[in-house]
Amino acid sequence: MSRYLLPLVAVIGLILFLVVGLKRGDPRALPSPYIGKPAPEFELPKLKDPEQTVGSKDLSGQLALVNVWATWCVGCRAEHPFLLELEANDTIPIYGINWRDTRPEALRWIQQLGDPYVASGFDGSGRVGIDWGVYGAPETFLVSADGIVLHKHLGPLDRASWESDFLPLINGEGSMQ
Amino acid sequence: MKQILTLAFFMLAVSPVVAIDTGKAFDDPELQARYEKLISEVRCLKCQNQSIKDSNVFLAADLRREIRRLISEGKTDPEIVDFLVTRYGEFALYRPRTTGKTLVLWLAPFLLVLFGGVAMFRVLRHRMSMPLDDDAANEEAAK
Repeated sequence: MSRYLLPLVAVIGLILFLVVGLKRGDPRALPSPYIGKPAPEFELPKLKDPEQTVGSKDLSGQLALVNVWATWCVGCRAEHPFLLELEANDTIPIYGINWRDTRPEALRWIQQLGDPYVASGFDGSGRVGIDWGVYGAPETFLVSADGIVLHKHLGPLDRASWESDFLPLINGEGSMQ
Repeated sequence: MKQILTLAFFMLAVSPVVAIDTGKAFDDPELQARYEKLISEVRCLKCQNQSIKDSNVFLAADLRREIRRLISEGKTDPEIVDFLVTRYGEFALYRPRTTGKTLVLWLAPFLLVLFGGVAMFRVLRHRMSMPLDDDAANEEAAK
């Protein structure tokens, strides 16, 4: 009997390993290498005013969200009302990176659906997107006052993920200060 | 029938033309070779299981553009790989580098073969030490 024990344990171990691998959630949700590290420096012309720029200088000194969005992105439309709600409640400043978009369409979007952003930077070429490791909009980064990336959310932001993933980190930051 | 075959033949002949920007990026064949090697080893993160050489998603095109830029700025291959890993993590590479984290990936195949070999050796030695009559009896029982 005991000679079957070792193979049996090995097979059960393998099955458990594979099951855990399968249940790990969305395989497309990749961990950002920036978590716990300084957010990449950036400076972009503002969407609404190309003469002015928005970038790392605006983020520093406050806890903020950096939201990567585009008008071609379906998930961005889905999360837009929630971003507006965060803005209406003065929850947290939200900075936008308008990624791989065209300026007229992005401006129309803001006009029609509302503007939850303190400012959006216009990244038509996608250069800044690459620096941030963006691979699919919408993506939302939580950046601490000293410029450290605390969390990255992939896909539309909603109340559930806000409460489970963002709020604990935000409260943690508050108690440290 | 013949016309259909002719048509099919021409369609076959045309399809490769719709491929991605496979045109030459560099006049220098050495740079071009480095470029092609790099883009075939970088995963397209939007379309996993494709390299950025094989994908026409705009993110892949953006990454090809960045790699072209870095090569023409005179960056070395390890520097370019670093550039990608800082931004997208080790997952972006089809050939993970040997670091502490990925060591298990590189060693696992050899360890598995080793374990299998040891197990097979033990089973075979056990079988060979069994009396031959036993095998005959087993075969008898199987019938």
